[in-house]
Amino acid sequence: MASSERSQDNNSKITVEETNFFYGEKQALFNVALTVPTHQVTAFIGPSGCGKSTLLRCFNRLNDLVEGARLIGRICLDGKDIYDPSVDVTDLRTRVGMVFQKVNPFPKSIYQNVVYGPQLQGIRRRSVLDGIVEKSLQGAGLWEEVKDRLHHSALSLSGGQQQRLCIARALAVNPEVLLMDEPCSALDPISTAKIEELLHSLKEQLTVVIVTHNMQQAARISDLTGFFLMGELIEYAATKTIFTNPSDSRTEDYVTGRFG
Amino acid sequence: MSDRIKKFLDSGTLFVWLCGTAVAASLLMVGGVLLLIMINGLGFFWPHALVEMTLTDGTHVLGELKGEEVIPHSETPEFPEGKTRVRLKVGNRDLYGLDFRWVDTDQITSADFPKDVAAFERREWGNFYGRIREVSRGEAVVASGNQEGWKALQPLIERANDLHDEIEHLQRDVIGDINYEIEETRLRIRELGLQGQRETPEVAEFQADTNRLETRYRKHVETLRALSRKLDEHSVLLVETNGREKRLVVGQIVKALRPNDMGFFEKMLRYFMNFWSVLSEEPREANTEGGIFPAIFGTVMMVLIMSVAVVPFGVLAAFYLREYARQGLIVRVIRIAVNNLAGVPSIVFGVFGLGFFVYAVGGTIDNLFYPEALPTPTYGTGGILWASFTLALLTVPVVIVSTEEGLSAVPREYREGSLALGATKFESMLRVILPCALPGILTGLILAVARATGEVAPLMLTGVVKLAPALPLDHHFPFLHFERKFMHLGFHIFDVGFQSPNVEAAKPMVYVTTLILVMVVIVLNLSAVALRNYMQKKFKASAV
Ligand SMILES: Nc1ncnc2c1ncn2[C@@H]1O[C@H](COP(=O)(O)OP(=O)(O)OP(=O)(O)O)[C@@H](O)[C@H]1O
Ligand SMILES: [Mg+2]
Repeated sequence: MASSERSQDNNSKITVEETNFFYGEKQALFNVALTVPTHQVTAFIGPSGCGKSTLLRCFNRLNDLVEGARLIGRICLDGKDIYDPSVDVTDLRTRVGMVFQKVNPFPKSIYQNVVYGPQLQGIRRRSVLDGIVEKSLQGAGLWEEVKDRLHHSALSLSGGQQQRLCIARALAVNPEVLLMDEPCSALDPISTAKIEELLHSLKEQLTVVIVTHNMQQAARISDLTGFFLMGELIEYAATKTIFTNPSDSRTEDYVTGRFG
Repeated sequence: MSDRIKKFLDSGTLFVWLCGTAVAASLLMVGGVLLLIMINGLGFFWPHALVEMTLTDGTHVLGELKGEEVIPHSETPEFPEGKTRVRLKVGNRDLYGLDFRWVDTDQITSADFPKDVAAFERREWGNFYGRIREVSRGEAVVASGNQEGWKALQPLIERANDLHDEIEHLQRDVIGDINYEIEETRLRIRELGLQGQRETPEVAEFQADTNRLETRYRKHVETLRALSRKLDEHSVLLVETNGREKRLVVGQIVKALRPNDMGFFEKMLRYFMNFWSVLSEEPREANTEGGIFPAIFGTVMMVLIMSVAVVPFGVLAAFYLREYARQGLIVRVIRIAVNNLAGVPSIVFGVFGLGFFVYAVGGTIDNLFYPEALPTPTYGTGGILWASFTLALLTVPVVIVSTEEGLSAVPREYREGSLALGATKFESMLRVILPCALPGILTGLILAVARATGEVAPLMLTGVVKLAPALPLDHHFPFLHFERKFMHLGFHIFDVGFQSPNVEAAKPMVYVTTLILVMVVIVLNLSAVALRNYMQKKFKASAV
């Protein structure tokens, strides 16, 4: 219960207040309210189509791209409404990084992939960029594997390496929050284990929100877990509670594999 | 039984065969066309043997054998297959009136390939086939007899060709430059005149320049006359096979060959030399002889200008349609319109180019920037720029469509990945989407180039001419002369093949030009394909 207590205090990173989300006519989120605490790993679980990705993409306003998408409610980062007209979206997105389910390194070299974000921020000095590349790749646990071929194409890496490159790319802009939408769903068990390990160390530097379909994974890596069903947040509590003693029977059914 | 037929049909074997047949038929047709052009075009450069025939009436015929056919309606009981006749290129147009002649096979008593007959390629009147009687300098005979004359003639022809080169250099480069400068000075004076300056020191200075230039001009014309007289110094008396004589100034002869006396390698060498001279020389005799260099140059340059114009234009339009515009009814209508634009007959674009580019835009440019040259139009008449722009307009739909395809093939993950790193939409487009769409864009370029090289009709309205006085690229500032008229291989084919006074003699030239047009198309396309592959490789995984 320690985590949920903490989420009430000032350590909250993201606060979602009574949020409804629509894709045109279709409502994807119903009155969702939750708080993501700083320096913790928060996992979203739930059956397919229940709105986990939708909520995640609300956190960096990637849903703005979808035509007809509409949000009613309030989502705050460090207490500031991110949907406020005064917010610079590109700035928000450098603070809230994202790793996608579909591994998507750009068809450029490993080096260019990592410096993509920093260069957008106007960093041009070679020495600075070199430093960022090393630090980010180390942060993503990839440095040892690729340090000799930084200028090879990113697409020459294995799937797991590519995903860690995507993490390094996101880390390169020093985000405060890292959103991960099923980052391991396309990877083999060893790569998955590596990324899970990574999450433990990443937690020290930033806040992680991860969507996963894998119950064991959620149980292993997260501090808090939110269970979604049909666009509603059914239960949100410390991971241990969710998996051992859920208060809602639907949560219990889902985590024990009785449906979904 | 019907079961088995049904099974056969369902198995798809028939369909596979149909598909295969269609492919084979297409390949066969393409191959056939290429083969026809190659045979006719490449054969042109080979030094053909000269056959000398004696006919039943005692006359002789000398020339190149060009073919044999059955005389129409000549089937008689004795000759159930019909009689045949051969076609000869006998040349000597000035004596015979015609280059070609039919000879019935049964009229020929003997045929022979004498080693001592020669083919003379002349600057006028086409080839002369015959023997040499004497070579003289002025009135004095230098060498007489075929053998002696042949030996004496070779160095004389070489010297005459050198003289021709010198004259050409003088005429085109030296005197051409002076003329260019005189014209420029005239225009400056006129410009000052339009500004109301008539008697100012500036005008006087230009006037003095003109006088100086004219003195120089007259001096060079004198040199030119002297050179021309030198060309007329030697002459050669030729006899055709029946003994009729013809006196020729040596300066008239481009080259003399004895094809029956040449070995295979000599012929081979001559073959490549002929090929090269067609590629590198200017046309002669209403384009039916000489080379086609200006046409090759004009074609390539026009395609290059067109590419430079069409790619940015088409890419920007496609980016707008695909990335910025709201996907709705209007965009759909625009897209359909663009697609249909590709189906509009090209001559329509020619008319538009003439009306819009040449008259409207060009006329305005003339009024604003070149008033001193009026009433002679500068941009207000057909030129390579307007022709290229017209073709750019014609090919822009292709570029738009393939760029749009390239854009839609860029995975959504790349866009989102870029945006999620804090890029604006514009930055994402420039740094991720454009590079990914590059192969599509270049495919568009390839298609555009292929279409533009083959297009002739719109060019005829917007700047192509039969014979252009100067290339659109030279050493006079600003080097590229977009307003100049130019020559084009496609138009050259039409002009030589159907507009020339001597269609039969021009036929080989038609095939050669076609062959070279095909080669130019292939080379241009291959370079575009190579560019695309290079770009693709740059963005693909490097083999590790
Ligand atoms: N771009 C879109 N336009 C319209 N509807 C959408 C769009 N994206 C998602 N939806 C709908 O919103 C609902 C929630 O989708 P979301 O992608 O958030 O589900 P999810 O929980 O991430 O599912 P999964 O586990 O399969 O990824 C679904 O019913 C989906 O059909
Ligand atoms: Mg999802």
